[in-house]
Amino acid sequence: METVKMNNVTANDLPWKIIYDSKRCTMCGSCIATCSFRAIKMKVERRRSVVSEGDFPEPKASFSAVPVIKQVNSIRDFCRGCGMCEKVCPNDAIRPERNPDNRHPIITRCLTADSIKRGGRKNLEGATRTLDSIRVGRISQMTDPSLDAQRHTFDLLAPFGRILPPGELPFSSDNDGNLITSTATPPVNMIYPIIIGDMSIGALSWRMWEAVAMATAYLNEECGLPVRMSSGEGGLPRRLLRSKYLKYMILQIASGHFGWNRIATSMPDMIEDPAGILIKIGQGAKPGDGGLLQSGKVASHIQAIRGVPKTDLLSPPNHQGLYSIEESVQKMFLSMNAAFKFRVPVAIKVAASSTSVSVFNNLVRDPYNIVGGFFLDGIDGGTGAAHEVSLDHTGHPIASKLRDCYLAAVSQGRQGQIPLWAAGGLGKTGDLAADAFKMICLGANGVFSGKLILQMAGCVGNDTGRCNACNTGLCPAGITTQEPQLAHRLDPEKVAQNIVNYFLAMDKEFKKLMAPIGNSTLPVGRADALISTDHAVADRLKIQHVC
Amino acid sequence: MCRIGAIKSLDYMHPSMALKLMRSQQEGHDNSGFAMVMQDLGGIFEPYKHLPTLSMACTDEGIRIAENILHEIGFRRIVQWSPVANDWPGLNISAMPNYVFETFNYPYAYEHLGQKEKEELLLDTRLQLREALEPNEEGFAYSFWPDVITLKEIGDPHDIGTYFNLWEVDDRFTAKVITAQCRQNTNYDIVRYAAHPFHTQGYTVLANGENTFYLKNKEFQQGLHRGYIGFESDSQCFLYTLHYVHRQLGWPLRYFKHTITPLPFEQLESRADKNQLMGIRQSLAHLEINGPNAIIGLLPDNTMFTCCDAKKLRPIVIGHDDRTVVFSSEVCGINEILPDRDWTTDIYPGERETIAINDKLEVQRWKQ
Repeated sequence: METVKMNNVTANDLPWKIIYDSKRCTMCGSCIATCSFRAIKMKVERRRSVVSEGDFPEPKASFSAVPVIKQVNSIRDFCRGCGMCEKVCPNDAIRPERNPDNRHPIITRCLTADSIKRGGRKNLEGATRTLDSIRVGRISQMTDPSLDAQRHTFDLLAPFGRILPPGELPFSSDNDGNLITSTATPPVNMIYPIIIGDMSIGALSWRMWEAVAMATAYLNEECGLPVRMSSGEGGLPRRLLRSKYLKYMILQIASGHFGWNRIATSMPDMIEDPAGILIKIGQGAKPGDGGLLQSGKVASHIQAIRGVPKTDLLSPPNHQGLYSIEESVQKMFLSMNAAFKFRVPVAIKVAASSTSVSVFNNLVRDPYNIVGGFFLDGIDGGTGAAHEVSLDHTGHPIASKLRDCYLAAVSQGRQGQIPLWAAGGLGKTGDLAADAFKMICLGANGVFSGKLILQMAGCVGNDTGRCNACNTGLCPAGITTQEPQLAHRLDPEKVAQNIVNYFLAMDKEFKKLMAPIGNSTLPVGRADALISTDHAVADRLKIQHVC
Repeated sequence: MCRIGAIKSLDYMHPSMALKLMRSQQEGHDNSGFAMVMQDLGGIFEPYKHLPTLSMACTDEGIRIAENILHEIGFRRIVQWSPVANDWPGLNISAMPNYVFETFNYPYAYEHLGQKEKEELLLDTRLQLREALEPNEEGFAYSFWPDVITLKEIGDPHDIGTYFNLWEVDDRFTAKVITAQCRQNTNYDIVRYAAHPFHTQGYTVLANGENTFYLKNKEFQQGLHRGYIGFESDSQCFLYTLHYVHRQLGWPLRYFKHTITPLPFEQLESRADKNQLMGIRQSLAHLEINGPNAIIGLLPDNTMFTCCDAKKLRPIVIGHDDRTVVFSSEVCGINEILPDRDWTTDIYPGERETIAINDKLEVQRWKQ
């Protein structure tokens, strides 16, 4: 018999318990084969049974060895609750169950002397989401007719690029009364108001990343939706850099500059310009931290793209050499602009923060009209890997901060000059059209979303601690892993189809929200179309309170 | 629903014409007020076309406040005229005690300055008057501009006409251009400033409809120009956009239409001027309108024009004979003024059109 010591890790210390019924189990082994975390194992249990067969008690003990499935009691190979065992079990013999009395946060720190890391999303559940307390309450009727969402033509494009103040447009009129342009203006791309958020080829499996890229190309080429995808920090495959599909990609550069050697050396072979450059300063899920790709995921193809050895890839928390907004504008933006000969708009992505308005003000007041977009990422965004303490305890919600930035622009008469793009938990309830629409009414030009895309691909993680093991490279759905066996669980074509179908459905739903307010074009800043039953939300966002 | 109308003629007309134009459409509006802007003035104001005329409704205290301000700036009055006030019992009118139309000489310091400086002075003075008269509603300064008179009142248009003796034609109070409307604001509070037509620096606009991008327009316009204030009606946004595009940016009139109802992106792509139109769509995105609207506008050079929302959800029709052009929400208004015209030449503008009538009554039609 095993001796258990008081401080040994046992199943009731862990966040999930495996509930197993040996009577139903056929010992097929599917659950163990499928568990990417190795959180369950085969074991032989000694069983004792006592039987009395006669009219009088004559107990006889018999002993047997029974093969069973057991939970692994380890702080490394613990159950994440992904439920893959339950999914594959033919007899409903096994399932994970949440353990509310677990001691995981304490014992992990005690045993490792290291911070807990995980992926996924923020797990602290709050009250009702702000966006869920808001409705579209200004309905066109009678004198201002609603539109027919099915038949009306809507004009749903948002700018990516710096918009000049009207007085600075280099227009003059010729003798025929036509406006003519005298000098160049900053590059602006008009794109679908929902961008597929920045997830790197490294954070995602190559099959998942390719599925997203395929969906993006299909949405553009076949569906007429000019959706753009941000590459995330980590570069792109060379064949994509040299293809015509590069025009659908927004290239991200973050503090690690991963993948940029390959991008730079591919420039002579590019036949299209990318859709834009996104300089990542911060991320909503882990503000103040740089990217984190743990060595388990740095497979050989990742090493090739990024030009690195197999090791933890830690992007610094800031861009080395940029110590002020002025420097970031002058150095980084100008060099990125110049790299593509001023044809490609350059935007910046920051984590929402109490200081976002100051940063935005500095950028919007820049007299050289350089910054082509302010991507603001809120606390509810996801991440491939982060320190749990950052995930759970740092960050700023997106709704009020986006609104603050928009109203800061309004107070200076500069709304729209730096397009505002918002993210962080949008589509969290599965309804991205509604979230996007409300954010646009609050002042966003568009939104971007990442983790919802993963859910379209089959991600089983959620906000209450299920799975969230993207950092381990052991994603049971084959989404955030570089293990070939796991990555092949994912069918890229099926995933691409899911993403395309979701966007088509969302596009219809978006129009169903445009129609009742009678707008053919994006209602940027139309806070008058929104109402809230929550007094505090209404006051904070300056929308109508209703009851 | 609202009705709007405007008359432009080679001859001086009495405001009774505008009343007739609007009264014939009375079933289409709620008869809650009457407002008009007269431009290119005849009668007693004809000799002073180059000098600014103040149009103001106010209390006795309001007159005192205004005169002090004008005197302090250095304006020197040359002519003053007040309409007859037939304050008969039973008239449905909430009249202010005094209606004042006064023409002034510019301050000595401005006499030798350019037109631009004078125009800015007139705007600043009107804004100053408005601010000073606002507490306790001592008065309303509607316009202060050369060759322009504005009258706005709350009540039944017929009774307002009777009160001001506007039904009795004379040659003392006339103009070649009159724009008029017969309803008070319905979307927001009833205040005199909220009644169309709206005027600033020689630009006049009236609109039939609802601008659902009001908040977007307003929030942007507030930062564009010191004269863009009030916003008592969502239709004021049209005036400020017209003023901004045509006067401040100096763009040709046709680009007003490109600003408020830009072409869909798909159509822009195939245009030779797509860079300019895209620039407008991007930089002036917050001046775009949505919702049903028909607009009548008047420029400082007396050009009168009309355009509509991109879906043509509100009516406007233009009828004319050799000497007069009438814009009206309903054709019955034109029939009242020009019963003998050739109605087959009436113009029904399309949703992408701007139609302008210049001082020689030549018609220009621009397709967007």
